[in-house]
Amino acid sequence: MGAFQDFTEFVTTSSNWWGDRGIVHRSIEHMRLSGASVLAASVIATPAAMFFGHVKRGGLAAQSIVNVGRAIPSFALLALLFPLSLQWGFGLGFWPTLVALVLLAIPPMFTNAYVGVRDVDPAIVEASRGMGMGERQVLLRVETPIAVPLIITGIRLASVQVVATATLGGLFGFNGLGSYIFEGFAQQNDGKLLTGAVGVALLAIATELVFSFIMRRATPWLAPKRDLDLLPPVPVPL
Amino acid sequence: MSFLGANGPDSLIWWDWVDRHREEIKQATFEHLRLTLIAVAVGFLISGALALVALRYRWTYAPITWITGVLYTIPSLALFVLLVPWTGFTTLTGEIGLVSYTLLILIRNIVAGVDSVPAPVKEAADAMGYRPVRRFFAVDLRLATPTIIAGLRIATVTTIGLVTVTGLIGLGGYGGLINDGIDRTFSTPIVVGAGLSVVMAVTLDVGLAGVERVLTPWARRKVAR
Repeated sequence: MGAFQDFTEFVTTSSNWWGDRGIVHRSIEHMRLSGASVLAASVIATPAAMFFGHVKRGGLAAQSIVNVGRAIPSFALLALLFPLSLQWGFGLGFWPTLVALVLLAIPPMFTNAYVGVRDVDPAIVEASRGMGMGERQVLLRVETPIAVPLIITGIRLASVQVVATATLGGLFGFNGLGSYIFEGFAQQNDGKLLTGAVGVALLAIATELVFSFIMRRATPWLAPKRDLDLLPPVPVPL
Repeated sequence: MSFLGANGPDSLIWWDWVDRHREEIKQATFEHLRLTLIAVAVGFLISGALALVALRYRWTYAPITWITGVLYTIPSLALFVLLVPWTGFTTLTGEIGLVSYTLLILIRNIVAGVDSVPAPVKEAADAMGYRPVRRFFAVDLRLATPTIIAGLRIATVTTIGLVTVTGLIGLGGYGGLINDGIDRTFSTPIVVGAGLSVVMAVTLDVGLAGVERVLTPWARRKVAR
């Protein structure tokens, strides 16, 4: 178990935790990039998805977005953006990775929010109109709360994917946890390799846990139906 | 990099390079397909066995989905890397990771498919004298086919994407092409690798949809909307 020893040695050496290439800085960078990507993608995707779900149009477009999003490998998307980014002068590292991650996060967020709003029981929507609500009120005060579980599920799916894919940014000069993996490859250093892998895995699992907590707090009325909410949700089929 | 004008090494895709590397591209296609098919086939066998256990002994469903869920959550590159110190840069490393990702999707769809078979259908089969095991294979599983194939389609498309990541641990395939392009800051192999993996995903997805049509003749009228 030489590799395991290398790993424990690496993470118990305090100089490996601090500084620009330290575990702390890289973890924070990883979370900062992931957070920014998820935020940007949800600002772009969620309102549009809710609007289209409300007017019940664009189902085919939503379906195509998901299918294409699933078929384009995230590694390929990231790899494609880099030559473009260099060409257009955005350089390496944070920004091109951010753009790739935003593109990656949009499909699951869009579909879940779209399906969530679209599939609200029509009787409830009609009742709200009958009570004199305008379209805006119907969307914001009736459909949105009912769709919240699916909207959060979409953000959760996207976030875990983003945290995972931000790792690959290490290949293009983004100084996150993935950098340990690529340095480990280059230097044949099992300690660094495992530090990167364990760090990224823990961050992804932590993201899941945070979202299952958010879900629990945001939708208390679903509590009795919740049996397996630690599970990563599988994308909704359209 | 010019989108218009002369096609050369600086173009997004340099057709001359593609032409001169046909063999390499064919080889990558073969490797990519092989890694994908092994992963989905092995994943389907394991998921089938685990789904049978979960259906027979219901209490095992929660722990099974929980464990496969954790595997599904671990980022692919991290999972491959966690295995590298022990199994090296081998196909085995890649396949262990790839198979793990298919499990959650497949098990859920098999169980959900079998669960969705209407009780009256099962009762009718029982009344016709089907014994439990035969009824399971002849009736339950048959009616669950659309859901199971939906799972296979998602698993296959997901696996094709993940196989590109195995290029980073030296397993070739389209990921090898992409990696090569990154190393040399040369966009043509990246575009070729990315484009062809999308083509492969769409082809296998449509192929599996065709298999579903053949296996579920009774559903055809419903599908044609």
